[in-house]
Amino acid sequence: MDSYLLIPFLPLAAFFINIIFGRTLIKDKAHWVSILAVFGSWVVSMMAVAEVLQGKTVNADLYTWITSGGFKVSVGFLIDQLTSVMLVVVTTCSTLIHIYSAGYMHGDKGYYRFFSYLSLFTFSMLMLVTANNFLQLYFGWEAVGLCSYFLIGFWYEKKSASDAGKKAFIVNRFGDFGFGIGVIMIFLTFGTLHYIPIFGAVNGMVGQTVDFLGMQVDLPTLIALLLFCGAVGKSAQIPLHVWLPDAMEGPTPVSALIHAATMVTAGVFMVARCNPIFSLSPVAMDVVAIVGAVTALFAATIGLVQNDIKRIIAYSTVSQLGYMFLACGVGAYGAGIFHLYTHAFFKALLFLCAGSVMHAMAGELDLQKMGGLKKYMPWTYLTMFVASLSIAGVPGLAGFFSKDEILWLAYSGPSPVGKLVWAIGTIVAFLTAFYSFRLIFLTFHGKFRGSHEQEHHLHESPKVMTIPLMILCVGAIASGWVGIPSLLGGGAHFTEFMKPVLGHLEGHGTHAEEWMVMAISVVAGLSGIGLAAFVYLREGDLAATVTQKFRFVHQVLWNKYYVDELYDFIIVRPTIWIAKNVIVGVTDGKIIEGIVNGVPELIGRFSLWLRSIQTGMVHQYAAVMAIGAFVVIAMVLLW
Amino acid sequence: MIPLHWYLWLSAVVFMVGVAGFLMRRNIIIMFMSIELMLNAVNISLVSFSRYLDDMRGQILVFFIIAVAAAEAAIGLGIIIALFRNKVTAHVDEANEMKG
Amino acid sequence: MNTLGYPILSTLIFLPLLGAAVILLMGRSQEALVKWAALVVSIVAFVLSIPLFTDFDRTTHLMQFTERHEWIPSWNITYFLGVDGISVLFILLSTLVTILCVLISWNSIKTKIKEFYIAILIMEGAMIGVFSALDFFLFYLFWEAMLIPMYLLIGVWGGPNRIYAAIKFFLFTLVGSVLMLVGIIVLYFYAGKTFNILELMNMNYPYQMQFWLFWAFFAAFAVKVPMFPVHTWLPDAHTEAPTAGSVILAAVLIKMGAYGFLRFSIPLFPDASKAMAVPMLTLSVVAIIYGAVVCLAQSDLKRLIAYSSVSHMGFVTLGIFALNIQGLEGGILQMINHGIVTGALFLSVGIVYDRTHSRQISDYGGLATVLPVYSAFFMVFTLASIGLPGTNGFVGEFLIILGGFAASKWAGVLSATGIIIGAGYMLWLYQRVFFMETNQKIVGLQEMDMREIITLVPMVILVFWIGIYPDMFLSFMHPSVEHLLKRLNAEGQEMAVAGKIMGIIKIP
Repeated sequence: MDSYLLIPFLPLAAFFINIIFGRTLIKDKAHWVSILAVFGSWVVSMMAVAEVLQGKTVNADLYTWITSGGFKVSVGFLIDQLTSVMLVVVTTCSTLIHIYSAGYMHGDKGYYRFFSYLSLFTFSMLMLVTANNFLQLYFGWEAVGLCSYFLIGFWYEKKSASDAGKKAFIVNRFGDFGFGIGVIMIFLTFGTLHYIPIFGAVNGMVGQTVDFLGMQVDLPTLIALLLFCGAVGKSAQIPLHVWLPDAMEGPTPVSALIHAATMVTAGVFMVARCNPIFSLSPVAMDVVAIVGAVTALFAATIGLVQNDIKRIIAYSTVSQLGYMFLACGVGAYGAGIFHLYTHAFFKALLFLCAGSVMHAMAGELDLQKMGGLKKYMPWTYLTMFVASLSIAGVPGLAGFFSKDEILWLAYSGPSPVGKLVWAIGTIVAFLTAFYSFRLIFLTFHGKFRGSHEQEHHLHESPKVMTIPLMILCVGAIASGWVGIPSLLGGGAHFTEFMKPVLGHLEGHGTHAEEWMVMAISVVAGLSGIGLAAFVYLREGDLAATVTQKFRFVHQVLWNKYYVDELYDFIIVRPTIWIAKNVIVGVTDGKIIEGIVNGVPELIGRFSLWLRSIQTGMVHQYAAVMAIGAFVVIAMVLLW
Repeated sequence: MIPLHWYLWLSAVVFMVGVAGFLMRRNIIIMFMSIELMLNAVNISLVSFSRYLDDMRGQILVFFIIAVAAAEAAIGLGIIIALFRNKVTAHVDEANEMKG
Repeated sequence: MNTLGYPILSTLIFLPLLGAAVILLMGRSQEALVKWAALVVSIVAFVLSIPLFTDFDRTTHLMQFTERHEWIPSWNITYFLGVDGISVLFILLSTLVTILCVLISWNSIKTKIKEFYIAILIMEGAMIGVFSALDFFLFYLFWEAMLIPMYLLIGVWGGPNRIYAAIKFFLFTLVGSVLMLVGIIVLYFYAGKTFNILELMNMNYPYQMQFWLFWAFFAAFAVKVPMFPVHTWLPDAHTEAPTAGSVILAAVLIKMGAYGFLRFSIPLFPDASKAMAVPMLTLSVVAIIYGAVVCLAQSDLKRLIAYSSVSHMGFVTLGIFALNIQGLEGGILQMINHGIVTGALFLSVGIVYDRTHSRQISDYGGLATVLPVYSAFFMVFTLASIGLPGTNGFVGEFLIILGGFAASKWAGVLSATGIIIGAGYMLWLYQRVFFMETNQKIVGLQEMDMREIITLVPMVILVFWIGIYPDMFLSFMHPSVEHLLKRLNAEGQEMAVAGKIMGIIKIP
């Protein structure tokens, strides 16, 4: 157990070393500290995973964090099947991306800062996945959000970057608001925040209702939906998805690590972790499935028309996260986590390839200025092509197995919305394949459309960047092989492994149906690729013609359904307006200050009148005195 | 022996002269002298009571009043001189700096 | 006397006063000597206060380190001091903050230096007196004595509009205090002529009397907290006060109000406190949201932080009037936290104000490039202010919202929105000051020197210490808060522990 403490605390140590000594002593050697630390925690994680594979799980408290009356929370670690998968994902991706960053960020003036934030992020993410209670989960949850804020706004001199960081943090706070109240509800219901006792007692919640803000609500539904609020924020689901595309202002390795492979999947992890609670509430499950499906579709449609290479991948991430929630919503938690795990590899790979392209293009992001990069950067092309095949669900690659399992379980599972979300999922599979290959074709095929200067500069990235690409490429191909379904002769080992934590959802259907679902999703994927090839590989302006024809649709998609504008209009502006004009202007400025300054004003006027008595004429005073004395004496004598 | 009320009448008359002088005159020196008149009127009644009641405390008090009056006269004259230096007048209506 | 064998509380009160007297005797030209004397006195006071932390018996709710002497026997007034789990931490906070105030003013105070440090030291003595007095007369004496040095700090060494701010501060607090004085006198005669707070706490008062006295005390405490709607003196006072004044105001002075609720209102008037809990919770929630929204419209650094105090102190009163363990302990902890964090924010603003002489946010921008170390410090305090887990702000706010939620779901939910807005205004502030392109006005500013770093480091340590291991501080409070709740629910009711309010499912 004690050695497991190294998993989160090695990166934390690296953070402290880099942030304190980085500026003056370590400077451009900062990557060594961070890479060694994260590699160390990868090694220990692998040892932990090996233990879990043998069936040994760990649940131990380190020390008591907060005690107050009946409220008692420890800092503690739970390493079980679910955690071990997350450990693999987080430490592997993190290690590779650290190495990649050493090349990508080379020469940046905030080099030490970048690596210290990256280490801090790794620490926070590991704390999140290894927590054994909700409050520590919340700690990791907010801490990864903080690192995301730092790293999105890494180039803080750019207004857009610092805006994006702030936006990410605040939008996440909206989700965390619900999450925090959910945690409080859990405590008030169970009297503890530790996973194991809670999940052992959840069945007591069945049929309980509770008064919440004047409404009688089903208790499991309430708790599940409040927790889901947090997941919606962190995993960028509708309606809190707005921050993720903007988060692409950060350096590309950050997008790969935080906004694709690890942090954004925390929501899925949390829902899976809380599956005993979610499973009690059909309503909450349906909400999760629908939100996931709608987000998947919504983000995929936006992805179709964007021209910014990173934003396309960002929308792709939102869409794939929707897929994972869709899986959780139909009860296929194992499949959701499986997709999380395969997605981490091919999505991190996609981002790193995009970073490699940007490196060659000197920071250019616009697809319309690229083209024909295939011959300049063969390794990047190859790996990105494989990643796109994987995300498109081409049989044999990682993405195929996880996506197929989700679709099959949605189709055949007991969920009442299963068929609906299956249909949406299949459409999304088609769209995903299309936009992923639109990106590939526009970037790597055809003629170069940028300036001569840029063309002159084109080159393959250094080894320190391409080797992580190749390793991730292996993951994008092979990581799915641990979960080959029994239909294809595999053993579905992954879901079997997760069974103790996530349960096991059996699909109810014939083999023929299972073949059909698989065939449909493969056809959808391949036809998406085919269509993209048809549109973008041929010479001609088919894309432009279609755009012209569906101008309105294109405008809506191009502007991301105007959600940002809507939020700006209904939340941001009114709040600032009220703050400026109503509260500061009227309530504080006029009413309260009016009373505060008005009372002394009245007293002042009264004394102004009163002081006219004091004339300064001595004989007038004397006369008054004499009259007064006369009156007093008269009263004494005559009484 | 002269009856007590004669002295008291004298005291009252002197006091009223002082009061009248203080209220009606505008010359600060006259007003000041009127105050002295009032003080002495009180002294007269104190001494006479002391005599008729056979109690020496009244006369002791008179010495105090005389001492205080002397001090007051010194300070008062100082103030008058200061006023005269500033205003070149002994007319009190000219000095209304304390008007509110 | 007490376990230490010497009167530690009296020492702490009179040492700074003695120090002030010694400084008074120094020459006007011996500026360095005055500064060093003040520093030494404040450090000695802090060191002497450490036994309060280490030798405190955390198993009892009884008053500790007590001292009692006859003072004015004919009115039954005694000199009676002592601390319990509610007050002890504030004394430590006061002694620590005084050191930091002396340090931060080292170069920024240029006129009447001698008088400045005398005021600070008198302030320290009075603050410790307020937190340790157990005799109402003595308490009121210290309570009012605090006003004078603060009034002078704002009025003499303050900004351009200092006279208005000082008078406003003075009048607000005085008006409130006078009503409390009436309340104290009523209690004195009702209880058979005693000012002894412990005796008064053990009596039962008729409800009607509790009701009126509750509001009389409320007037004094609400102004100090400050609660909505009597908060408007705070932004003016904070904005105009010199850095040290703002720090003392934020860190200690406005804690007195909340401390008063805990020490007097609740134990003296338990029935009225329970009956008035709903209006109090309402005012707290209004303060939380109102203060936070106002921050969004501020263009002045200090004013923004001042309004954020209104919001944060709303959390404190929310926790206190949740009237359950989590709320009360969260409230007390949050008072300490707010003292540390807001104090540190004012210290930080003071550091940069010394260089630029501007408090306008628009005069800054890109400071992170110019002053990287400074911006790291400021970031820590910003994060603590928005209650990020791992910092002290989180522990307090979480316990308060938990307690508030158990007391009233509306209060819990609405107060949690304050945290969203809190993140909004603090990060926006940080962005406008530290991020984006470097403003020409701040190019070439000097990075923090050693003295300034030393001033901020204790605060950083405390931010993380309380954030990571809050149990150490919470353990001081447990017996006292439980005793308070017993007093509150004297009629044999079950203790209002949040976990038991719903407790649908019991886990053995």
